[in-house]
Amino acid sequence: MTDATTSTPSPGMTGSPVVSLVGVSKVFPPTSPGSRPVDALTEIDLTIQPGEFVSLIGPSGCGKSTLLRVIGDLTPVTGGMVMVNGKSASEARRGREYGMVFQAPVLFDWRSVLENVELPLQITGRPARERAGRAREMLDLVELGEFTNHRPWQLSGGMQQRVAIARALALDPDLLLMDEPFGALDEMTRERMNLELLRIWERTGTTVVFVTHSIPEAVFLSTRVVVMSARPGRITEIVDVDLPRRRDVDTRELERYFELVTHVRTALRRGESASTSGTARVRAEGLSG
Amino acid sequence: MTVSAPSGANAADVSAVGTILRGPTIGERIREWSPAVILFFGALASWELVVRVFRIKQFILPSPVAIGVAWWTYLPELASAARYTFIEVIGGLAIGVTAGLLAGALTARYVAVREAALPFAIAANSIPIIAFAPIFNIWFGLDTQFSKMMIAAVLVFFPVMINTVRGLLSAPAPALELMRSFAASERDIFLRVRMPSAVPYIFTALRISATLATIGAIIGEYFGAPKVSLGQYIVTYTSYLNFERSWGAIIFASAIGMGLYVVVVLVERIVAPWAADRSTAPT
Repeated sequence: MTDATTSTPSPGMTGSPVVSLVGVSKVFPPTSPGSRPVDALTEIDLTIQPGEFVSLIGPSGCGKSTLLRVIGDLTPVTGGMVMVNGKSASEARRGREYGMVFQAPVLFDWRSVLENVELPLQITGRPARERAGRAREMLDLVELGEFTNHRPWQLSGGMQQRVAIARALALDPDLLLMDEPFGALDEMTRERMNLELLRIWERTGTTVVFVTHSIPEAVFLSTRVVVMSARPGRITEIVDVDLPRRRDVDTRELERYFELVTHVRTALRRGESASTSGTARVRAEGLSG
Repeated sequence: MTVSAPSGANAADVSAVGTILRGPTIGERIREWSPAVILFFGALASWELVVRVFRIKQFILPSPVAIGVAWWTYLPELASAARYTFIEVIGGLAIGVTAGLLAGALTARYVAVREAALPFAIAANSIPIIAFAPIFNIWFGLDTQFSKMMIAAVLVFFPVMINTVRGLLSAPAPALELMRSFAASERDIFLRVRMPSAVPYIFTALRISATLATIGAIIGEYFGAPKVSLGQYIVTYTSYLNFERSWGAIIFASAIGMGLYVVVVLVERIVAPWAADRSTAPT
């Protein structure tokens, strides 16, 4: 897919988008009589090109996880159009064209690490020998090749989440959907996992949509950061991350990195005040430096 | 870290886990078990002592030595009574567990069945079914093993059914969503997520059932059974005030209950090692 060494982010890329959302809205019905329906998402337009790494960030209740689940056809929309790989989200799911990683690793204790990664291959009916080979390959990719016979609960939280990533990649999907995958990890592990994930992204060329509530994480990982705000859930700004595509520990020391972190933080704050005061959306521009 | 726990458990480093998996050494085992063994023999010794010192009448509480002697003397007839009762217990377990599993699976699968049947099952589980024992004897034959099997089976049925339903429905939402993201079939979801999730619940029910079935069979025998059964043996020799022989039968009854319990625990370790392993794992 994409050349890993390309230094510019992808909006200029041609070809059909991996994800395309047009006027998507999601209203949750009232949970109890007397309460009002919740506008989880309103008028969401978003196009994601192959090879992009797009983060969704925003305060809790802004619908970022709902948006991810809408793309994965785990939550039906109430309006608008969701296309994945040029098909409806439902067709794409049934065609197993994306892999999903949740905040919890969701590993099955009755399966070894290898068997957990084999699960999607079993569901698609691959022969046993091919399954094991592919699962091993994926575990090597996440550097857990030595832990194939361990049980999930014998691994640390970070390792468990790497198994979940290996499982999500087992069917070689074009799209990886990640819902705050490192949210439960400590800061050190999280930073290590960020580097891991970037390495995997470069190796596989998979398009990634990544939900997070960490600003530094979003900027460090992404080619674009989608800033959302709550009540109603909507996109307030999309920030192009024009850092060199190849990121490493030094990236976090770059002046541009800090500028972008500040930019996203400002955008988040604006979105917050806009949703409380009810004013129109604000275009964030003009950073210092 | 189970499928249900989102806590991201920092489950220790892997070498530490290795030592836990290795299991205790013989020395550790002796140290672990010695308090229980000492307590057991200590209790027996004080029992014997109390009976002798206070000259307690044999028909109130026979001494352990007296029970032991009676047990040894009447071993052949006690053993055949135990065999008779054991068959009832096993038959009752087989019928009750099979029916409970099937009913549980149906109840979990169909929402309509669940809404209709589950409240009744839970209510039935809290009534003293053992009170029906004499009636069951009338229905299924006063002198037959089958009537005792049915009492045991009904006692066992409700806990097995309810735990099967709970277990099958215990699969956490993220696990089901994961399967949905893989476009898994209903069959795959049942076989690869719901069934394994239910196994620990079912074994919990089986552990209870081992005891319940033993109780059911013996109580059933109290209300009518041939002499060669533990229940009638206990009733008969109690009425003769020949308590040592009753106690000899009680030893066999306890052995059946405890033996079956141990068998269930061992089978669980083989069938569902993850559930057993995890209970000893650090959290």
